[in-house]
Amino acid sequence: MNVSARRLGSRILNDEIRRAEEDIIIEDCFGERYIGSCASSITITINGTPGNAMGAYLDGATIIVNGNVQDAVGDTMNDGKIIIHGNAGDALGYAMRGGKIYVKGDAGYRTGIHMKEYKDKRPVIVVGGSTGSFLGEYLAGGMIIVLGMESEACPVGDFTGTGMHGGLIFIRSSTPPANLPKQVTVSLADDLDMGSMNEYLMEYADTFGLSIDEILRKPFYRLAPNAKNPYKQLYTIY
Amino acid sequence: MAAFDIYPEYEIVRNNERCTNCRVCEKQCANGAHIFLTDKNRMAADDDKCVNCHRCVAMCPVRALKIVKTNHTFRENLYWTGKSIKEIKRQAESGGVLLSSMGNPETYPVYFDKILLNASQVTNPSIDPLREPMETRVYLGSKPDKVVRDEKGRIKIDLPLHIKLSMPVMLSAMSYGSISYNAHESLARAAAEAGIMYNTGEGGLHEDLYRYGKNTIVQVASGRFGVHSRYLSNGAAIEIKMGQGAKPGIGGHLPGSKIVGDISKTRMIPEGSDAISPAPHHDIYSIEDLSQLVYSLKEATGYTKPIIVKIAAVHNVAAIASGIARSGADIIAIDGFRGGTGAAPARIRDHVGIPIELALASVDKRLRDEGIRNRVSIVAGGGIRSSADVVKAIALGADCVYIGTAALIALGCHMCRSCHTGKCNWGIATQREDLVKRLNPDWGYKRLVNLLNAWKHEIMEMMGGMGINAIESLRGNRLMLRGVGLNEKELEILGIKHAGE
Amino acid sequence: MREGMFRNPSGCAISGIFSKSGKRFSGRQIIESIAVMHERSNGLGGGFAAYGIYPEFKDHYAFHIFYDDIYAKRECEEFLEDHFDIVSFSQIPTRKLPEIKDTPLIWRYFLAPLPAKLADSQQDEGEYVIRCVFRINTGIKGAYVFSSGKNMGVFKAVGFPEDVGRFYRLEEYEGYCFTAHGRYPTNTPGWWGGAHPFALLDFSVVHNGEISSYDANRRTIEMYGYKCTLQTDTEVITYIIDYLHRKQGLDLKEICSVIAAPFWSVIATRPQKEREELEYLRCVFDTLLINGPFSIIVGFEGGMMALNDRLKLRSMVVGEKDDMVYVASEEAAIRVIQKDLDRVWSPKGGEGVIVTLEKGSA
Repeated sequence: MNVSARRLGSRILNDEIRRAEEDIIIEDCFGERYIGSCASSITITINGTPGNAMGAYLDGATIIVNGNVQDAVGDTMNDGKIIIHGNAGDALGYAMRGGKIYVKGDAGYRTGIHMKEYKDKRPVIVVGGSTGSFLGEYLAGGMIIVLGMESEACPVGDFTGTGMHGGLIFIRSSTPPANLPKQVTVSLADDLDMGSMNEYLMEYADTFGLSIDEILRKPFYRLAPNAKNPYKQLYTIY
Repeated sequence: MAAFDIYPEYEIVRNNERCTNCRVCEKQCANGAHIFLTDKNRMAADDDKCVNCHRCVAMCPVRALKIVKTNHTFRENLYWTGKSIKEIKRQAESGGVLLSSMGNPETYPVYFDKILLNASQVTNPSIDPLREPMETRVYLGSKPDKVVRDEKGRIKIDLPLHIKLSMPVMLSAMSYGSISYNAHESLARAAAEAGIMYNTGEGGLHEDLYRYGKNTIVQVASGRFGVHSRYLSNGAAIEIKMGQGAKPGIGGHLPGSKIVGDISKTRMIPEGSDAISPAPHHDIYSIEDLSQLVYSLKEATGYTKPIIVKIAAVHNVAAIASGIARSGADIIAIDGFRGGTGAAPARIRDHVGIPIELALASVDKRLRDEGIRNRVSIVAGGGIRSSADVVKAIALGADCVYIGTAALIALGCHMCRSCHTGKCNWGIATQREDLVKRLNPDWGYKRLVNLLNAWKHEIMEMMGGMGINAIESLRGNRLMLRGVGLNEKELEILGIKHAGE
Repeated sequence: MREGMFRNPSGCAISGIFSKSGKRFSGRQIIESIAVMHERSNGLGGGFAAYGIYPEFKDHYAFHIFYDDIYAKRECEEFLEDHFDIVSFSQIPTRKLPEIKDTPLIWRYFLAPLPAKLADSQQDEGEYVIRCVFRINTGIKGAYVFSSGKNMGVFKAVGFPEDVGRFYRLEEYEGYCFTAHGRYPTNTPGWWGGAHPFALLDFSVVHNGEISSYDANRRTIEMYGYKCTLQTDTEVITYIIDYLHRKQGLDLKEICSVIAAPFWSVIATRPQKEREELEYLRCVFDTLLINGPFSIIVGFEGGMMALNDRLKLRSMVVGEKDDMVYVASEEAAIRVIQKDLDRVWSPKGGEGVIVTLEKGSA
């Protein structure tokens, strides 16, 4: 089914998607918000620039975007897959609990902020380019991988892993990020780590037609919460 | 007159079932309130001598002691209180001026307690201070009116000298002499560890503490005790003490009996001679003379030290501060009427000066009205009790606060307010060797650092709630304050709105 | 109640288009761009700033004035005649629309300061004009100057921005730069002067976000002769930029280092020269740091600047196509007017994107 987002407007478009029982292709997308919110089974393909909160609460559906996306994509996503053949805005995958987000290009500030895992749910974000500051802020679970395919320098901004208390961040880079908080430990990824990333990297390479050898050409740094040095507020009896 | 005309204020209550006659209380009490009756083989107490400092209570190994406020009363009424009656009797007996210590205890309004803080909801985000960047760093000093560029068009980095602080709190002036060496060492080490400043007070600087110079403000007061060129150049800044909140217009007097040993050396006066700080500086009888002292100190240190001028908060404080700002001072410290002291005439302490909140608000406003607020930093002191007071003071317009009493409480002071007796059982306001050693600087400074760290966390928490992540964005940000139970005039002076507005 | 009598936090949408070659284009595109972000406004304010639209009067100050009634107009015109040579004046052309109500009288004047008055004032020309604007806005009841630059103009009203654009017939103007604002205030001021952009001489600001440093900023800037009568963030931001630029001589990049100063921990990682300069600027102008979320587009004669707060708490996207530069709160607002961009990116927090006319252009 083909629909024009521009013609329908956000409300009707999202109604159409909710009712759709077959895959849907959206053309002429210019900032229409909340596309695919809560969607659970179909595949939604978007040509254009979808608006904020695309794929919020996504529950199993697949969204493919041929273009860039804006802010808060995959907000509180529970399951499913979002593939972005372009860049993502800020707060990508905020509080995401499950599913996968693959971005071919860059992602903005606060990528994967407060992502968490629960039972068998383990969310994964892979960004092919670089990310803004506050990558993995408050990270509580799941895995974020930043590949920096086009970058010479470490492909992340300032304040990486601020507030991180669970999950893992892998950064493909010849140098680790600077100025990490003392609550985060950094080390080179070992074989076990590479093994845990393998499934996603293979799928990512396949999705965007990249060579897995090229992806594995550089080392990966592994960022994990420092169990010995957790965040703790000193409280005292009042 | 009867032998027991005035009944003691506190009673020592001893649980004789617990007391083992170990006589620790007797040894611990420098006031001699505990006596061992040899003939009866038991302890007794002289309530008249008790100052309620809790030393005996804290040291009694079997918890046999407590001190209670007596329920014995005069036939007082709301006007003729027991306090008034007692004071008259004391003066009738002695003919003397009533002497007291620490800050004004009277029931004047506490404006800090009538001001509430704001927090962000929806329209902008609050910030988690534990995990996100939160800046409490402060630079104190004068700022240029105009950016100047060199011939290549680059900005000239000609910032006048500044004090750099990790948080907007400094330890206020308490002289070596009024407090002990161990107390001084604790203050110095705490300042160094916390990245802030402590203040020598007017008694000079002990040779052993020169190493904390980077965290030291050296004070120059009217008595000029221990002031010499090495002293001046050793500090990070120099403070001219014009006045003190607890006793505006009054000088100081450390009796000759306390001028012994190192104190005599540090103050550079002979042992046994009285250390008198005249009420005014006798080279300053007018505002233009202040400028002379400011520049003489700048000359003496080759223009390498910012100069602080400390004044008591008095009625005309805004105009005075404006004059100071035009006299070459880099920083103005204002000391409110709740500020502490080692000794002050009670009538002065309790009836002279104005609250720091009002003084601060009006000084900040006046300097802005005159377009010179950037020329000076403002330090507010006198009764700062908690981090909430700090945050409120900064939002009213202070760059930073001074704490004195709170710092001493952290070191072990129990607020018995008897500093003037020189018999401080906690080793703080005393020079008696046996008492001084009761304060161990090794743990004293740690307790003070703990307090500063705790306040810093709390300050960050309150800033985060307001959506502010740099302390300078809080400075003078009075929209973050609301008054409760204040009248129009008070709100106008504080420059804040009433809660609900 | 009117703007200025209380504080009115707002969320918003912003958009800007700039031609580096100075090629003039119609106001149609900017309306289309801001309309895409309809959901970021709530109909309580919209407006535009347009640059290069009055080439025939480019050396004269173009005052756009709202009047509540004919008496305010009469009094204000007396004041203008007293202080300026009025070269031309007319009612600003508008289109009657059901969406735009309570229209005030809207007039435009092209002015040159009277030389004798200017000399008497002992102020430079810019300061003289600003003082006159302040005097009208605070002294003449029912008159409000909302635009006072040369060869530029602000057009604003209560309503959704796309309706405001149609109301002012913006498509009939041609300029090299347009900025736009759609407002989402939390209160209902219902006054046209409270809409944005806010402008002072040729500086105009559109802004999204609510800053937490407002009163610290206001009380500092008021020390230098400014009067924040509207109590809006945009007003205080405009004054800060004007002060740092016109009175302190800072360039725009330096201004960014003041109002969106990097964290001390970030400054510490910079090379020595840069570090010293950043420390200096942050120390000297500490209370001009704008704290909390904001994204702004600043228009000025011959240029445009886009800036995010240092934590980048608001979204902003920049796109380029040939000589055109586009800035908007959302990428879709750019794509809708230019599908094929050569480059599109989100500037970092505190990193100003500054574009100016190429040499030799218009």
